[in-house]
Amino acid sequence: MNYDEAESMNSGTAARSIDVSAAGGWDKAAETQSSQAEASDHKMVVRDLNFYYGKYRALKSISLTIPQNRVTAFIGPSGCGKSTLLRCMNRIYELYPDQRATGEIVLDGRNVLDKDQDPNLLRAKVGMVFQKPTPFPMSVYDNIAFGVRLYERLSRNKMDERVEWALRKAAIWDEVKDKLRQIGTQLSGGQQQRLCIARAIAVKPEVLLLDEPASALDPISTLKIEELITELKDDYTIVIVTHNMQQAARVSDYTAFMYLGELIEFDDTNVIFTKPNRKETEDYITGRYG
Amino acid sequence: MFDLYTRRRFINGFNLTVSVLATIFGLFWLVWLLWTLVRQGLPWINLDVLTQPTPPPGSAGGLANAIVGSLMMTAMGTFIGTPMGILAGTYLSEFGRGSKMAPVVRFVNDILLSAPSIILGVFIYEVVVVSMGHFSGWAGALALALIVLPVVVRTTEDMLRLVPDTLREAAAALGAPQWKVIIMIVYRAARAGILTGVMLAVARISGETAPLLFTALNNQFWSSTLNEPIANLPVVIFQFAMSPYDDWQHLAWAGALLITFSILFLNILARVLLRTRKPSY
Repeated sequence: MNYDEAESMNSGTAARSIDVSAAGGWDKAAETQSSQAEASDHKMVVRDLNFYYGKYRALKSISLTIPQNRVTAFIGPSGCGKSTLLRCMNRIYELYPDQRATGEIVLDGRNVLDKDQDPNLLRAKVGMVFQKPTPFPMSVYDNIAFGVRLYERLSRNKMDERVEWALRKAAIWDEVKDKLRQIGTQLSGGQQQRLCIARAIAVKPEVLLLDEPASALDPISTLKIEELITELKDDYTIVIVTHNMQQAARVSDYTAFMYLGELIEFDDTNVIFTKPNRKETEDYITGRYG
Repeated sequence: MFDLYTRRRFINGFNLTVSVLATIFGLFWLVWLLWTLVRQGLPWINLDVLTQPTPPPGSAGGLANAIVGSLMMTAMGTFIGTPMGILAGTYLSEFGRGSKMAPVVRFVNDILLSAPSIILGVFIYEVVVVSMGHFSGWAGALALALIVLPVVVRTTEDMLRLVPDTLREAAAALGAPQWKVIIMIVYRAARAGILTGVMLAVARISGETAPLLFTALNNQFWSSTLNEPIANLPVVIFQFAMSPYDDWQHLAWAGALLITFSILFLNILARVLLRTRKPSY
């Protein structure tokens, strides 16, 4: 059997297993978790995901499903692998040569970790916002337009509309509409972060990954970002990593608790924060892990 | 005895005094050097220096051909060395991470950076001048390019490394391919720094004498083609300053003044650029 055959068989099995889960069957991993019941559709299915920083294994056989148009939060102490898990979903870890992942992350029927998946097209579909605001050294307008121009050719007018749409969506339009030509780095921290969210939205992704999006912000900016997340879930599937358990409780529909590279518990946010099944989860949310 | 605070104040005062004295000591020589140049050179700076070619001893003239030759070779050397330097620096910072090749390239570049410039001159003499059969401006420009190259490689790599990875990640996360991330985001963030590196390289080569002695040589007459030996300020200063003729020595002082202040100006400009247009991320 040559390499190509093996490859095509591989993707064949991937496609079949999606059929199963789309037909309402639970895949094994999700089954072991308790009633993640009425989860509408699955946007992403993670199966047996392992992640390595060089030789160090940072994720250990993670399996979970990300429901569509819902907010899913990853919580857990520092170093538990929640950001790492998030960074697998758009393969951003590939920027670093010594990092690799094994297993499957299936998005719309395709394993995005497959070699034949173009990581750039994947990232256009799975947007990401980082912990520290990262405006590009260019005008507010160009910050938004940069991503759009990568995959779309829009007329001047259409681009103006898109920029305004994205900035409105990120609840920052009123604050920057007179500063579109100003350098993005001159905005305040909270504004920069919303600019980055607007930039991620502008390319119209389907999934939005938020890596501690509010941890560097003051309470008021945090509140704005949280309101924003709630509004955005109508259109996007959102995955958020947060250190702040109150934040997870406020904004998310589902919560995954991770510890030392393992997924300990994944359930309705209400269940996790009121009557978790695992003792580790309870210890963490009641602050006993310190 | 002394309480802690008094002791600390004493140590602070002592160290501060020593630092200030060391600074003054360093600046003293620079000021003295500039003052000597101004005193000896300024009287001989006039319009002729900028418009007349180098004279034979005893007649009037200027340094125009040497100035033009220096400008041409400096420009051409920069023009050849800069793109290669920026590309190599980009490789080291953006593509060479984790590769075995990059440390080798970096090491070789550091050797080139510290190679005595006269060695570079002899090398170009052997490779270009000998095979062309005569000295030429091109050989001079190439020797200067060899000096520009490692400086630009080093500063480009350093400046690109200052751009935080989060910025690269942010651009890649939008689906930008690596070459667009580098050209549209990383270069833009590091622009002022890279430009500064190039200007420092220009400042460095505009005073180089040794590599030009073996390559461009000199030319007493007007020459505006790099195909022939061409006059240039450093070599003219060298030749005129060593001569027994007063008027040649005066011209050498004037040339030294010109060159020093151009370099000083370039350096200051580079610093100002780096300060006011700091990489903005």
